[in-house]
Amino acid sequence: MHKSWWKITAIILLIYTIIGGFLMSVPRLFILNESIRNLYFHVCMWFAMMILFGVSLVYSIKYLSTQKYSNDIFASSFAGTATFLGLLGYATGIIWASYTWVTDQGQTIGSILKEPKLLGAGIAILIYCAYFVLRGSFTDIDKRARVSAVYNIFAFVMLFPTIWIIPRLVGSLHPGAPGSDSGNPALNFKDIDSRLRMVFYPAVIGWTLLGVWITTIKIRVQLLNDKSLIQ
Amino acid sequence: MRNSLKKITFLFTVMIAMAQTALAQTNNPEMADVMRSNGKIYVVVAVCLVILLGLIAYVISIDRRISKIEQQHKD
Repeated sequence: MHKSWWKITAIILLIYTIIGGFLMSVPRLFILNESIRNLYFHVCMWFAMMILFGVSLVYSIKYLSTQKYSNDIFASSFAGTATFLGLLGYATGIIWASYTWVTDQGQTIGSILKEPKLLGAGIAILIYCAYFVLRGSFTDIDKRARVSAVYNIFAFVMLFPTIWIIPRLVGSLHPGAPGSDSGNPALNFKDIDSRLRMVFYPAVIGWTLLGVWITTIKIRVQLLNDKSLIQ
Repeated sequence: MRNSLKKITFLFTVMIAMAQTALAQTNNPEMADVMRSNGKIYVVVAVCLVILLGLIAYVISIDRRISKIEQQHKD
């Protein structure tokens, strides 16, 4: 394997996530019950997504300052994997919410549809889908790279109001909104139990590294394809 | 007198029993303790591990294949 130490780290951390995530003790809470273990899976998808979008942003800025075509390949590959992780986070959130919000809290479909966290996350993912539509609509490679790098900066900036800020301002069923303890529930030291943190942080690192691994594979394929363009 | 004493003790035991069930409800959210006690949770862990390891093996094999192609391009 190509540069393998961090890939082995990812494998070990993910195995630990599955074993520790299912077997180690967790706080006993109402409504959440055993589903609190989704913290190691659902929440990690969003964390890994944020980190990969951040890496994508860095490469977009790098492209704009150096005009090196390989930076554009890096940026778009990271954004692609991050969008995929976001979709996985959304799908897992749907399952989790249908058991904790609908079944246990008796929320109506109307209040779920108005849920700002779901709308915000949906908008954020759609903005990144538009990034790929934009990329696909160019035939000129330099123009595509430059415009999509600028758009990528805009898309990353839009993540913050849509996912993090607005749901916390207007109130939401999702943890972290006013009403529950404010702040990010997974990062707040008062909110998250130390037993959860023991698995949660390694899980975030593990899932992120797996995302990076898959991205590097995509990048290497792309670099092989476009070899003539880069030199 | 004796009758009323009996009634009071009966009432008391009922109240204590009710308080106990209420206490049990507030302090003990339902968890998958049965699954843990009869060991079936290990089946779930095993299944998830197999899926995870299978996916990782797949990613490793793709990684290797690309490394080979990269070598060929270098030569």
